[in-house]
Amino acid sequence: MTSNIRYKSRIPVKTEDSMEEKQYVGFATLPNQVHRKSVKKGFDFTLMVAGESGMGKSTLVNSLFLTDLYKDRKLLNAEERINQTVEIIKHTVDIEEKGVKLKLTIVDTPGFGDAVNNNECWKPITDYIDQQFEQYFRDESGLNRKNIQDNRVHCCLYFIPPFGHGLRPVDVEFMKALHEKVNIIPLIAKADCLTPNEIKKLKDRVREEIDKFGIKVYQFPECDSDEDEEFKQLDKELKECTPFAVIGSNTVVEARGQRVRGRLYPWGIVEVENQSHCDFVKLRNMLIRSHMHDLKDVTCDVHYENYRAQCIQEMTSKLAQDNRMESPIPILPLSTPDVDTEKLIKMKDEELKRMQEMLNKMQQQMHDKDQ
Amino acid sequence: KLNAVGRANEEKRNLSLGGHVGFDSLPDQLVSKSVTQGFCFNILCVGETGIGKSTLMNTLFNTMFENEEASHYQNGVYLRPRTYDLQESNVHLKLTIVDTVGFGDQINKEDSYKPIVDYIDTQFENYLQEELKIKRSLFNYHDTRIHICLYFIAPTGHSLKSLDLVTMKKLDSKVSIIPIIAKADTVSKSELHKFKIKIMSELVSNGVQIYQFPTDDEAVSEINASMNAHLPFAVVGSVEEVKVGNKTVRARQYPWGVVQVENESHCDFVKLREMLIRVNMEDLREQTHARHYELYRRCKLEEMGFKDTDPDSQPFSLQETYEAKRKEFLGDLQRKEEEMRQMFVNKVKETEAELKEKERELHEKFEQLKRMHQEEKRKVEEKRRDLEEEMNAFNRKKMAVETLSLSQPLKKDKDKKK
Repeated sequence: MTSNIRYKSRIPVKTEDSMEEKQYVGFATLPNQVHRKSVKKGFDFTLMVAGESGMGKSTLVNSLFLTDLYKDRKLLNAEERINQTVEIIKHTVDIEEKGVKLKLTIVDTPGFGDAVNNNECWKPITDYIDQQFEQYFRDESGLNRKNIQDNRVHCCLYFIPPFGHGLRPVDVEFMKALHEKVNIIPLIAKADCLTPNEIKKLKDRVREEIDKFGIKVYQFPECDSDEDEEFKQLDKELKECTPFAVIGSNTVVEARGQRVRGRLYPWGIVEVENQSHCDFVKLRNMLIRSHMHDLKDVTCDVHYENYRAQCIQEMTSKLAQDNRMESPIPILPLSTPDVDTEKLIKMKDEELKRMQEMLNKMQQQMHDKDQ
Repeated sequence: KLNAVGRANEEKRNLSLGGHVGFDSLPDQLVSKSVTQGFCFNILCVGETGIGKSTLMNTLFNTMFENEEASHYQNGVYLRPRTYDLQESNVHLKLTIVDTVGFGDQINKEDSYKPIVDYIDTQFENYLQEELKIKRSLFNYHDTRIHICLYFIAPTGHSLKSLDLVTMKKLDSKVSIIPIIAKADTVSKSELHKFKIKIMSELVSNGVQIYQFPTDDEAVSEINASMNAHLPFAVVGSVEEVKVGNKTVRARQYPWGVVQVENESHCDFVKLREMLIRVNMEDLREQTHARHYELYRRCKLEEMGFKDTDPDSQPFSLQETYEAKRKEFLGDLQRKEEEMRQMFVNKVKETEAELKEKERELHEKFEQLKRMHQEEKRKVEEKRRDLEEEMNAFNRKKMAVETLSLSQPLKKDKDKKK
């Protein structure tokens, strides 16, 4: 059952009042129409997972989508990984739930951080993301736009090892290389190696370092002021919990009389979906149940638009240099303010400044007089 | 005829004793001497920042060694040795723990192993220097050679990291390595079994030599053999105490259970402590001295030019080698002296030549000046003569005028008088 509270609160409630019925126009059914159409069209989502090998990325993805994407995976030996380069591997699956179809693409980055020399090991990843943007840009600018495939990466889960004291240089460099191209959600991997105190300390430390290094991770949108208190409380808890400390499991164990996904140890059973054990449920709810579409929106509206604007600027600057070249894509030419207008603007600015100063002076004088 | 070393060809004979002589106390004498001397043990902990090296040391020795948390942002790897004096009943232990700070944090880790290898070699070198001294005091020497390297493997559950393989390969000929799986409470039992097998097979297939607990001594061969099969040890460290049942034990408390450090079904901590401290500590010291150090020493001396046999394959006496080296050295010294002397002589000649040149120049200048002076004098003389002539001419004229003027006014006077 989806906990999509926001959506539910907007369904029009038919009242008994006949007066209201007469004045009822009917566009309140729009949400229903949108719902229906979107179910028909189906959704797509591209999720990237990045982090050193052995952080539990595959296990977590399997746990998130309750499926087994990595059936015949071959892992490399330590020797083979000494000089390994990063690969990009896509797994695409079609999954369906209650009539809603989702085309899920998981982009894997095996080899990241595994070699002895990891200089610029994130370059294949940034290149891949840029390629998807470029492809979409071309498609969007083409003549026939009926069936554009959106392969842009909507979200990147970055797995931070729980063994250290915080972010390591490779973590910082990776996130800084990607934070303006994709929504980064940092996760603390294999959180069953940390006691609750240690988790809190590590989360605080990671948040501090993300601030310190100016890394722009994905921010949950502020909830509307007209939402109910329960929702606001949940939202607040969610935000304070980042980065999520997650545990994944491919196996089902018996705990407290139920069959659950978990990890069996001699000293106890870690339940993946137990909120007091880890933040898996919060991650799943956030990623799939409430913010999936927002992640897509931010990718389209912010990251892609930044890429597009940058691309166009580069093109127009090249065009300006060579008048013979025609624009390869249909774009409206940016109106560059001519030199005269700019001068005028500057002059007016300065005038304003001067007047402001005079005003301040006069105010000061008056103030002194009063004293 | 005796051969070079003078050993007589004798067969060993076993004799039986008629009574209790008492030399069976020799081991006790040895023990009592070593207890008085005190023991020394040096542990090197290699592992990435935050993997639990300090916590494990605290847990092993049941104490709190001072330690600040290391940062992930070191520019390189550096080694931090700390020495502590511990005592248990009447046994004194001088324990040195060497930490690898910054290991595994850099983006480019190609040179990460170098500071570690350099540190181990330096300790060997220091010992070698002491051994080669004329006046040496080995019994007093603080032995800093590393007796054991604990290599901390991250519990990824898959296999070794590439850095682990590269580093262990560089270290295995210089130090005894015991690989351990750190923070093992994140690996479940079934995963652990597979993980251990994978690690050991990777080590074997890459020819990495790790320390094997010795099985030649009957007293401990059985336990050592069984422990060898449990490598790498999966350890969990903790200095915090948790109440379990009616006991307080060192453990880690999770929402889903309590991991007890000294519970053998939870982790291999007890095995590690047993092997490292209680059973094989002395063997590790011996291995370091008899194997790793000897290898280093042999390589070093060969580099310096020492050999055990001369070109004719006769055993070289150390004395002859010393003589040869000394001659070489003296010859070198003489040659250098000659060079310096020659250089000095050349310099003196040069300076002399310069001075001579300068002298000549000065002399020339002097001559020139003299000539100028003469010239001036002559000119002045000429002028004087001219002047004198003028003066004479003037005087004559003057006189002529005077005589003329004298005679004339006389006439006038005469006229007046008349």
